[in-house]
Amino acid sequence: MAINQCELRPMGKSIHRKEDPRFIRGQGRYVDDIVLPNMLHMSIVRSPYAHARIKSINTDAAYQVPGVKLIITGEDLAKLKLAWIPTMAGDVQMVLAVGKVLYQYQEVAAVVAETRAAAVDAAQLVEVEYEALPVVVDPFRAIQPDAPVLRDDREKKSNHIWHWEAGDREKTEEIFKDAPVVVSQDVRFQRVHPSPLEPCGCIADYNKGTGKLTWYVTSQAPHAHRTVLAMVSGLPEHKIHVISPDVGGGFGNKVPVYPGYVCAIVASLQLGQPVKWIETRTENIASTGFARDYHMKAEIAADENGKVLALRVKTLADHGAFDAAADPTKFPAGLFSIVTGSYDFQQAFVEVDGVYTNKAPGGVAYRCSFRVTEAAYLIERTMDVLARKLNMDPADLRLRNFIKKEQFPYQSPTGWTYDSGDYEQTFKLALEKIGYQELRKEQAEKRARGELMGIGISTFTEVVGAGPSHSFDIMGIKMFDSAEIRVHPTGKVIARLGVRHQGQGHETTFAQIIAEELGLTTDDVLVEEGDTDTAPYGLGTYASRSTPTAGGAAALCARRIREKAKKIAAHLLEVGEEDVAWNGEAFQVKGLPSRKVTMGEVALAAYTNLPEGMEPGLEATYYYDPPNLTFPHGAYIAVVDIDKGTGAVKVRRFLAVDDCGNVINPMIVEGQVHGGLTEGFAIAFMQDIPFDEDGNCLAPNWMDYLVPTALDSPHWETDRTVTPSPHHPIGAKGVGESPNVGSPAAFVNAVVDALAPFGVEHIDMPIFPWKVWEILRKSGVTE
Amino acid sequence: MQIRVTVNGRVYESDVEPRTLLVYYLREHLRLTGAHVGCDTTTCGACTVLLNGKAVKSCTVLAVQANGQEILTVEGLERDGELHPLQKAFWEEHALQCGYCTPGMIMTACELLERNPLPTEEEVRKGISGNVCRCTGYVNIVKAIQSAGRVLAAQKMDPHNQSEVVPSGN
Ligand code: FES
Ligand code: FES
Repeated sequence: MAINQCELRPMGKSIHRKEDPRFIRGQGRYVDDIVLPNMLHMSIVRSPYAHARIKSINTDAAYQVPGVKLIITGEDLAKLKLAWIPTMAGDVQMVLAVGKVLYQYQEVAAVVAETRAAAVDAAQLVEVEYEALPVVVDPFRAIQPDAPVLRDDREKKSNHIWHWEAGDREKTEEIFKDAPVVVSQDVRFQRVHPSPLEPCGCIADYNKGTGKLTWYVTSQAPHAHRTVLAMVSGLPEHKIHVISPDVGGGFGNKVPVYPGYVCAIVASLQLGQPVKWIETRTENIASTGFARDYHMKAEIAADENGKVLALRVKTLADHGAFDAAADPTKFPAGLFSIVTGSYDFQQAFVEVDGVYTNKAPGGVAYRCSFRVTEAAYLIERTMDVLARKLNMDPADLRLRNFIKKEQFPYQSPTGWTYDSGDYEQTFKLALEKIGYQELRKEQAEKRARGELMGIGISTFTEVVGAGPSHSFDIMGIKMFDSAEIRVHPTGKVIARLGVRHQGQGHETTFAQIIAEELGLTTDDVLVEEGDTDTAPYGLGTYASRSTPTAGGAAALCARRIREKAKKIAAHLLEVGEEDVAWNGEAFQVKGLPSRKVTMGEVALAAYTNLPEGMEPGLEATYYYDPPNLTFPHGAYIAVVDIDKGTGAVKVRRFLAVDDCGNVINPMIVEGQVHGGLTEGFAIAFMQDIPFDEDGNCLAPNWMDYLVPTALDSPHWETDRTVTPSPHHPIGAKGVGESPNVGSPAAFVNAVVDALAPFGVEHIDMPIFPWKVWEILRKSGVTE
Repeated sequence: MQIRVTVNGRVYESDVEPRTLLVYYLREHLRLTGAHVGCDTTTCGACTVLLNGKAVKSCTVLAVQANGQEILTVEGLERDGELHPLQKAFWEEHALQCGYCTPGMIMTACELLERNPLPTEEEVRKGISGNVCRCTGYVNIVKAIQSAGRVLAAQKMDPHNQSEVVPSGN
């Protein structure tokens, strides 16, 4: 049964998803659903210490467990030169600990056995003797000159990793010197974890006969993973076949290459049997790519009327034990310099320093374009601090400072060229739709009665779609993306792309793009991703890059097909090519709409009845190198009520007005916005990974790392404005991450707004009820 | 240990290790992979199936506890080629993205609608609060369950349809 998929001109329509029929039947094929003959299972032995020397590892007892086939330690890997692997950030990381461990839950040994249970049993019997070393948890402590140096493998004997800056320091300082108003705010973006519902895992299947390694893995970037693997392992790239089957959510967690993957591959290479490794939730949170962990300070210089002049930002980035951040290589702090946001600053200066601590590595783009969430949160929070200082309504302050529609393309003081936007229009729609003035009135009345109500605004700008190859690469590989389209004789299409969806609905939206360009229905177009043997090369799905990059490739690839199809159409219509026009659904003779041929007829002719001398077939490949990034924006407004007795915050209303350019499928866009808002809510109110002073991870599971249920998550209201991207082939910008980028500031601003009468200027996330309750208690509002 | 379990109307006799969890019995012995594993703390509900008509987290039930019992999984919802109203509603309301939570969510909703055929939004949110979805933000899941509830209720009014549409642990 197909719903609504048989329409021509599907662009912009809420076509029901083509991927759903398998999922609603329980027929998704996720990596742990795959069972291969003679498959073995792997379990990992992890360190209980955050920093310790390894004195000995004894595997004798573990080998006694029936069914155990192989136990790998760091020393075994060292012999294969695989004990360390490069990270995307230009650092190296240990696969299995050699000499010492640097964070709790670090991988120490891998046990391979015939069953899952035997592997786990044996892992528990691996005896590791440790000698504890001094632990560094606080990044501010880590950069002190007398702090213990954690990475003795590096030449540089300090915990400082890199310094990065953008903008003009001197010109910014000059403005600050004479500025009538300066505000300053320290803002922490806590360590969080993307925690997709499906944890990470893989099956490595090395066939000794063919010399080919087939690697099934929950990957957002299968091609990049294949190349990294080829570089690290020395296996020839054409003999590595990466298959990323259905992926149960990614959110940036499934971009890096993890130690467990390397161990499973090594085990399969040694044993010649498939080896499956599926991590537990605890392993997922405690050891794979975390996100954020930025300690930021923002200062704004402004005039007395609230016109912003300059922005200064200083940040300490806690990267854990290895810099395994998933950023484009030239951007150690990602795209953080988008921090001037939607506002017309004359000057800005931004600097970030990366440091090592005894925590798990990461720094992944959790439902955001590389560090854009940190940036958006910081500027939106600090704008509210400025509004408070000037005693201005935060809405008025924003309206006064927006980059104007006429200023696009806009050159930002940190070097970005914003493609398009109409911030005022989007914000005014939001203000009107939520009834801002009435809400302020209601708030005044409630305040007079001693009730706590807050309104929070965030009018953010994102930068997504990495990216143009002049600046963007990962380990040297340019960040273009690709599409390949094959039109079969009966007019049915198979399309393959270099990206890999994890719930974004590419099987539907990319089919819509291609169907629109070719005069077909989405039902006619099968989209496949995630198989490196069949799909063209591309760098994967994250950072809202799929539509800006592969979406562009899909449209241009289809247009390439249409060019050839036009020649065939001319032949069928028996006119010259110059007399043929495309009417959106078919080729027609100019001025004679009734004389036409459809793409289906052309496709058949491409294999049966070609113009003389033309190459048969109707296929094309397109590698799209975008000329610029795209800059989606939005205006979000949160309304909260606070319970005075408990400090609990209730989000009464939340309106998200997004502008992501032209929309391919409004239903899917809305779904993406809902999901991102719930994650933004989670970050503002629930999710946090703290450590004690010994480096013990205090939230390594879903009992302690709180993810929102339907009861926690508010009801979302959404709307949209459309400012197309002028450079993108279909004018789209990408949306999957805007809500997660834009919403945390709206929530926090609302809570701070509610508590402003008690002199509260800032609260760090997550805003647990006890934090609010303590403020209320100190202010004498509650006992 | 020998167990005899009825799953989706079919009887299975199996030899399992006593510590085998029901979810792994379903997934690895019977190759019914609709129930997923998402956590190790009984938090996420991705593994939810019906045990004698009651929604249970099958990661927290031993396979041997299912001996002699009836299990319904997402694979058993479709009847005579016709999707269950919940399956249809999840599709139509765009109540899934990556799909990993979907089977568990649908099975929980199945039991919820048995108990409370026309739940309010609040009641649905409470009813599925043992199931985590990391993708959708829940709004469309709530809508889908309410819409399926209306379809099921309408079908129940029509006596000819009754046996077709009421899922149970058979
Ligand atoms: S797997 Fe999470 S509750 Fe069962
Ligand atoms: S759809 Fe991905 S977890 Fe619910």
